[in-house]
Amino acid sequence: MATETPPGDPVDASAAVRVRPFTLTAGRTKPRVELPVEATLRRLGSASAGPVEAHLTRILEVCDRRSVAEVAALVAMPIGVVRVLLADLVELGQVRVQTTIQEDSTYAERRDLIERTLRGLRTL
Amino acid sequence: MDSARSSDPRTAASTKIVVAGGFGVGKTTLVGTVSEIMPLRTEALVTNQSEGIDDLAAVPRKGTTTVAMDFGRITLGEDLVLYLFGTPGQRRFWFMWDDLCLGAIGAIVLVDTERLDEAFSPLDYFEQRGLPFIVAVNQFEDAAQYPLEDVAAALALSPGTPVIRIDARRRESVKQALVRVTEFSLERLSAAVGA
Ligand SMILES: Nc1nc2c(ncn2[C@@H]2O[C@H](COP(=O)(O)OP(=O)(O)O)[C@@H](O)[C@H]2O)c(=O)[nH]1
Ligand SMILES: [Mg+2]
Repeated sequence: MATETPPGDPVDASAAVRVRPFTLTAGRTKPRVELPVEATLRRLGSASAGPVEAHLTRILEVCDRRSVAEVAALVAMPIGVVRVLLADLVELGQVRVQTTIQEDSTYAERRDLIERTLRGLRTL
Repeated sequence: MDSARSSDPRTAASTKIVVAGGFGVGKTTLVGTVSEIMPLRTEALVTNQSEGIDDLAAVPRKGTTTVAMDFGRITLGEDLVLYLFGTPGQRRFWFMWDDLCLGAIGAIVLVDTERLDEAFSPLDYFEQRGLPFIVAVNQFEDAAQYPLEDVAAALALSPGTPVIRIDARRRESVKQALVRVTEFSLERLSAAVGA
């Protein structure tokens, strides 16, 4: 037990110094949850059970039904930083990530998405 | 309340199309023409760039610059949102394209016929990655109108690559470009499985 590595990526001190915004993420630059830029977020749980850190609260307040990219733009943080913080919120059970097409998506899933997009675009 | 469809965890709730091209070719204009929100800007960190050119903006942190990406949003129904990402075309930004292109329906390579060479880098990239793309000539009034076959030849496009002429300021025109790239993506997907 004592030798077990703590959860989370090891802190890369040089990166944390060079790229200051990542200090908000304790030097972590890789989120543990898949968060494509277009992924839609859903806020879960009650506001009272939310995190106390100000930057997490800001993200939580704007994230519902918005994409990772929109959240980054709205809170004025680089996408990479927002990803790490959103992944924390997912692990805290505060946020859910809706499905997108990923590398392992099936042919049927891809086809369904493209066809729905085409129908939507044609009726715009 | 979630509809039955969006509560299905296997059904994608959002997707994206990438708009690439040189500086000033009309990427932000195109995104803004069809987006339901004002195009938003987001930044990716770059740690080894020094010059502030094009979409590169220096930030007040030593050794750090950011690359700006403009994007817009189109709601295509209760259960589907399409995002358009406009991204600078130069090769030095390829590091951010992998992330951007993964899971994308396809790409629109926007070109200005006066500066065709600026399309080479995005074309190379999308060809290498196998991402379906179309070429859209953003027709500026003061520019000569070259036949689209000549544009395809000058860009050395592989046969079958759709080439269209658009006006990035007109909604119908941009809509047609989005429909075309999505149709092409579907054709390519079907061809890939021999369906
Ligand atoms: N005449 C004309 N001007 C355009 C068109 N598209 C964009 N522009 C103008 O070209 C300039 C650069 O466009 P912008 O969208 O910012 O290019 P970006 O750098 O690719 O994002 C702006 O002043 C636009 O108003 C077009 O189709 N016709
Ligand atoms: Mg722009």
